[in-house]
Amino acid sequence: MATVSMTVNGRTVSGQCEDRTLLVQFIRENLGLTGTHVGCDTSQCGACVVHVDGKAVKSCTMLAAQADGSEVMTIEGLASGGELHPVQAAFREHHGLQCGFCTPGMIMSAVDMIKRHGGQLDEKTVRSELEGNICRCTGYHNIVKAILDASSKMGDGARIAAE
Amino acid sequence: MGMEGIGARVVRKEDKRFITGKGKYTDDMVVPGMKQAHFVRSPHAHAKIKSIDTSAAEKMPGVIGILNGAQLTEDAIGNIICGWMIHSKDGSPMNMGVWRPLAQDTVRYVGDAVAIVVADTKAQARDAAEAVVVEYETLPVVTSAVEALKEGAPQIHPEAKGNLIFDWEIGDAAATDAAIASAAHVTEMKIVNNRLVPNPMEPRAALGVYDEGEDHYTLWTTSQNPHVARLVLSAFYNVAPENKLRVIAPDVGGGFGSKIYIYPEEIVCLWASKRTGVPVKWNCDRTEAFLTDAHGRDHVSTVKMAFDANNKITGFKVDTIANLGAYMSLFSSSVPTYLYATLLSGQYNIPAIHANVRTVYTNTVPVDAYRGAGRPEATYLMERVMETAARELGVTPAELRRTNFIREFPHQTPVIMCYDAGDYEASLSAAMKASDYDGFPARKAEAKSRGKLRGIGMSCYIEACGIAPSAAVGSLGAGVGLWESAEVRVNAVGTVEILTGSHSHGQGHETTFAQLVAGRFGVGIDSVSVVHGDTDKVQMGMGTYGSRSGAVGMSAVVKALDKVEAKARKIAAHLMEADESDIVIENGELKVAGTDKSVPWFQMALAAYTAHNLPEGMEPGLKEGAFYDPSNFTFPAGCYICEVEVDPETGKTEIVQFVAADDFGKIINPMIVEGQVHGGLAQGIGQALLEGTHYDPETGQLLTASYMDYTMPRADDLPSFQVSTTETACPSNPLGIKGCGEAGAIGSPPALINAITDAIGNNDLTMPATAPRVWAALRSAQ
Repeated sequence: MATVSMTVNGRTVSGQCEDRTLLVQFIRENLGLTGTHVGCDTSQCGACVVHVDGKAVKSCTMLAAQADGSEVMTIEGLASGGELHPVQAAFREHHGLQCGFCTPGMIMSAVDMIKRHGGQLDEKTVRSELEGNICRCTGYHNIVKAILDASSKMGDGARIAAE
Repeated sequence: MGMEGIGARVVRKEDKRFITGKGKYTDDMVVPGMKQAHFVRSPHAHAKIKSIDTSAAEKMPGVIGILNGAQLTEDAIGNIICGWMIHSKDGSPMNMGVWRPLAQDTVRYVGDAVAIVVADTKAQARDAAEAVVVEYETLPVVTSAVEALKEGAPQIHPEAKGNLIFDWEIGDAAATDAAIASAAHVTEMKIVNNRLVPNPMEPRAALGVYDEGEDHYTLWTTSQNPHVARLVLSAFYNVAPENKLRVIAPDVGGGFGSKIYIYPEEIVCLWASKRTGVPVKWNCDRTEAFLTDAHGRDHVSTVKMAFDANNKITGFKVDTIANLGAYMSLFSSSVPTYLYATLLSGQYNIPAIHANVRTVYTNTVPVDAYRGAGRPEATYLMERVMETAARELGVTPAELRRTNFIREFPHQTPVIMCYDAGDYEASLSAAMKASDYDGFPARKAEAKSRGKLRGIGMSCYIEACGIAPSAAVGSLGAGVGLWESAEVRVNAVGTVEILTGSHSHGQGHETTFAQLVAGRFGVGIDSVSVVHGDTDKVQMGMGTYGSRSGAVGMSAVVKALDKVEAKARKIAAHLMEADESDIVIENGELKVAGTDKSVPWFQMALAAYTAHNLPEGMEPGLKEGAFYDPSNFTFPAGCYICEVEVDPETGKTEIVQFVAADDFGKIINPMIVEGQVHGGLAQGIGQALLEGTHYDPETGQLLTASYMDYTMPRADDLPSFQVSTTETACPSNPLGIKGCGEAGAIGSPPALINAITDAIGNNDLTMPATAPRVWAALRSAQ
């Protein structure tokens, strides 16, 4: 058994888990934050993407113990003070989700993508960078639209955040 | 409030919980004392079970119980059923083999469940499952339906001699043969419709809870139709009587058909909860989903289409072999018969049609309805043949279709269906215009200058939705009626609850169903709640599949709204001492026409509940229910045009343009309809370009059982789509809705394959058109 401590969505948490426990299991089962989903066993689908120390990570590819001492943000921590993050708002505005299962991972990947590109995204780049996130409902059409819209709205803000 | 009514592009009410991580899916549920399950599954595609030794596993840490088929039989848990009886053409009933929820004597596909292990944690359950020793005696395997029909093939079920489940036909064989014999031209093709794995992103899950004190069962499950699950679990599987069983399908992460069925795992988890005395949760992993979710398609067909000297179709003959896998899943028998061959007239006047369908057992995962269910298979035949025939006859694909379009309605086809309304010319013209079809030769020449091969292909599909008139499907063998129910509760403060038997797993019912009320009563959609997916809350329902929630589910809501409105008018007329016929409802008020008298909606509702001043003899309250049974199927139709560029060096196909022009009848929310089309197109393009399901023919191992091996469409495989609609209202339901959920997946595969074969100049190409296949087809054409 390992004792793991980390900051999740700004709150310090710790818990006991088996050494083999994945970060996603720790988040879902120990912390009860069920917004982070598991859609595959091979780190392909991206439903489990969270931010670890500011970077998008598939939380099924990482042991909980490896995240010890890290700052983790999950989908539940993205909106601040009841106000949706611009990427969340754009997914809603552009109908970028249907069943909602891939959505948390999509949004967490998109936030990271926009930050890395400093608000300068085009369709080809968005499609290419979504390679690690699978959606079966939307055909990606509206997800791409939502990300491009959020990126342009965040514009300079996204660039500053990246610096 | 007109901004939120029928036709309004309102954003979805349900989105907030999904974008903030607050959705509640089955695997998110936690109940006190809950334990975890893992299934022991067959590693062999066909084997006798010699023994099951659980002694070592039972001593593993955390293990609570290990149960197998013998205990299931002790408790008289029933065989898994097929809900649609098909008779062979000789009149004999289908040859259905036995399917036990946990295999007892024989396993018939890799993944067949043999035992369940319940333990404190998932990891412990999995560890213990690995310690269960099952001794097998392997048997010969067959995975191809064509091979399974051959003399000497391994025999899978004693009930189905030669693995033949049924040999069924529809249409007029003699007339069709005569048309072919006297034709000016006959186009012949052999066409394979590739097997697919549905892959909703949420893997299946179940949580069974037995309450000993109440002798009551609750099942949380990833279901498209929780009421049907309750009915079947009770009436056929003998797990619990219906009044002692609550089935809840909370947020469900996509279905596409694969979550219609009541699988072994759900039955076993619920039963195991009583047997072990603890709540039992199971959540399947992705490879388990590949191995056990019902697959789709898997047809091999030969077709002959006859034309006269004027290029009019005179006959269409189809012979199909359909692989149903190792067992007959719930609706498996209806998919390659009544959901398939009844659409073989396409959008065309065809005087004679005959189809023969043989369904076959193999050592593969059961095959059942997957987005489109039979209609994509029919459309693929029809539209590949039309494009091929146009090439052979030396006319344009559009011209051949126009020559044969049905233009008068109603139109009775030779294969049961009576098309009620449509304008196929309108969708063809719209798609050709949107795609700048006439400008294609210039684009092809430009692509050639860059060393690329550009091709264009079209598909004019029709499908049957609004499933389905109960008496009609009953006469064809269905074991259930396919009506839908709804209840509308107006609360004392005027807010409204719609309870529906439809189930939303991505379709946005919480928004679109609320739009019906907003439009009708001028109540904001935020004041309307849609309740679904819980058998304790909703009276009864048949669920969501076959693009039926709009045409059938919403029609039931409309019927209930009619009753609510009638009573509301009476109350308002009474309160304002006016004539009922003078009451108009708009902007949240009930007004007396031509006067300044009005009663706010909420005040009328309050009056219904205070009951201080109601018309003489009226019951208090404002709540009405309705069942709606459709009088006909609905017939969405449209035209898709795809343009591709093939790299001759690699065989890689790039979709440079995809245009969809659909006629879905009346549309409630265009944004949601467009989303349904986008998703359907992606699945159809996935089938045509990427998704191949491969079994090893010797061992029956599924070689494509993870996202490392099975190619799911990703964002960079797809273009942005150009979608539009034309409209002919459906005359058979009150809203004029046809349904939009499956069209994209039905119409797109032939458009894409027609485009690629046009580009490479070789018509001999099998789906999925992967780069190696396209490259090889290109080389063999040169």
